[in-house]
Amino acid sequence: MTTHPTTGESAWWQRIVPSGRGVVIGVPYFWLLLFFLLPFLIVTKISVSEMETVRFKDVLTLKEGLLQLTLKLSNYVFITQDDIYFKTYLASLKYAAVTTALCLAIGYPFAYFMARAKATIQPALLMLVMLPFWTSFLLRVYAWKGLLSENGWVAELLIGLRIDQILFAADLIEAPGKLMNTPFSLVIGMVYTYLPFMILPLYANLAKMDLRLLEAAADLGATPWVAFWKVTVPLSKAGIIAGSMLVFIPCVGEFVIPELLGGPKTLMIGRVLWDEFFSNNDWPLASAVAVVMILLIIVPLAIFNKYQAEATEKRS
Amino acid sequence: MKAPLFGATFNRLFGHGWLGAGYLFLYLPIVALIIYSFNASPLPTVWGGFTLEWYRKLASDREMIAGLWLSLRIAFFTACASVVLGTLAAFALVKYRRFTGRTLFSGMVNAPLVMPEVIIGLSLLLMLVSMQRWLGFPERGMLTIWLGHLLVGLAYATVVIQARLQDMPPSLEEAAMDLGAKPWQVFYLVTLPMIAQALMSAWLLTFTLSLDDVVLSAFLSGPGATTMPLVIFSRARLGLNPSVNAVATVIIVVVTVGVVIASYLIAHAERRRQQEVAAAARANP
Repeated sequence: MTTHPTTGESAWWQRIVPSGRGVVIGVPYFWLLLFFLLPFLIVTKISVSEMETVRFKDVLTLKEGLLQLTLKLSNYVFITQDDIYFKTYLASLKYAAVTTALCLAIGYPFAYFMARAKATIQPALLMLVMLPFWTSFLLRVYAWKGLLSENGWVAELLIGLRIDQILFAADLIEAPGKLMNTPFSLVIGMVYTYLPFMILPLYANLAKMDLRLLEAAADLGATPWVAFWKVTVPLSKAGIIAGSMLVFIPCVGEFVIPELLGGPKTLMIGRVLWDEFFSNNDWPLASAVAVVMILLIIVPLAIFNKYQAEATEKRS
Repeated sequence: MKAPLFGATFNRLFGHGWLGAGYLFLYLPIVALIIYSFNASPLPTVWGGFTLEWYRKLASDREMIAGLWLSLRIAFFTACASVVLGTLAAFALVKYRRFTGRTLFSGMVNAPLVMPEVIIGLSLLLMLVSMQRWLGFPERGMLTIWLGHLLVGLAYATVVIQARLQDMPPSLEEAAMDLGAKPWQVFYLVTLPMIAQALMSAWLLTFTLSLDDVVLSAFLSGPGATTMPLVIFSRARLGLNPSVNAVATVIIVVVTVGVVIASYLIAHAERRRQQEVAAAARANP
């Protein structure tokens, strides 16, 4: 595209002005390197530096003409030795896993029935899933505060049905009748917020499925139940993985939901990071907390990226 | 479906029941939020009669209005920049199957979709602080919040635009190229009109995401740059507050009306385009 049609030589200015391809790839690439990758490297660097009174010390310093490297691993030692961090990381992973499992249990049948609904009403059903997703997430989480507080609609219903007794027996709430600021209210809020993220990839996957495969399975003698588990579920594997990662990874580091619904006793690592940063002003420690969190989610993140890339390769 | 799971009637009832319960779960909080914005009772969860008191107070709530104005400006610039960068990124991923570091590139585009916001916020802030120490800018405020929102907006815009580009048959662009159109002409005359709806969806989505963000804004804002979600969040943290319900209702109504109208227009334009394609095909068999 940059060569002359007849001579095949580039004009002199074309060597200076970047080609269309160069701009298309280069501009977003450079942007992401600068504002996405570089910040992580800086966080890693700060996590091994020492906090001084006003600013943190640089890792590399010039001392008597020599470049010196001071690595302070004390933040990491502190995180591994202090029991509370370990417990908090564990609790965050646990809440994220429970939320993912619940979203899958509610979302899979939901997406399945959506995909098998009449073709004419499917766009409307999809729109109804997307709409809460468009309206403010913060406000929808806040709404649960009202629903689960004393005299709130859902609280009244659950107490009326004596479900609070079961939740209390399962140690999910502190006392019968007190639903807010408990692991229960935290998980409700997270399931509620992330459910559309589970439904949408599952629906996209299930709606594309070739229904003749089920007919073939039936012809070969499979009962509908067997066909569902042996044909439909394996074929929707990509949707299950994409949806699960879309729920699990952000849930691990969630801050707003535990802050509004979890109460002071529910441990989540996102809140610890926030407190180290905003309340204690300990930037290196907050950075170390973030680096450990990235290490925890790096495998799910890689799986997510792989499936996202595969999905785009396949379609084109 | 030829072979229902448990018999047709049960299957249909179960399906309808599940969908109904799911939608109830998704919409119940929104309905409750709206109803209690008209609650006259001082107790936030006890109904005490109808009032417009909270809306009247909202109209003179300077903090909230200043926050809204700032949020709207940031959301506007975020949406515009996200669509431009997202179009480039989507083109790079769809049209160029191989280039150096493509895996890293697609990873960096997709990661902000799931990366916990506390990590993005903290790392971007620390980089901007380092940058400020070296270069003397940028000051924390509207610009830095915009940079953070743009990072997430770029990821969402790319996903939306990429999906549209992949469904587009390459034959049309190839035909235009064969007829002598230059690359930029192909883009403006063929590609752009075909992806216009996706660009519109991406713009709306990144606009609402930016308008809603708490965590990135909290990390990246400076003194005097308090966005509306930050105002709402600081009040919601302290407990239930009817002023939050009132502002929530206003936002929900505006966004719902906007999204419904936009998706109607998008669907309408899509239908008309398909009719034109069909008519053209009939005219030139």
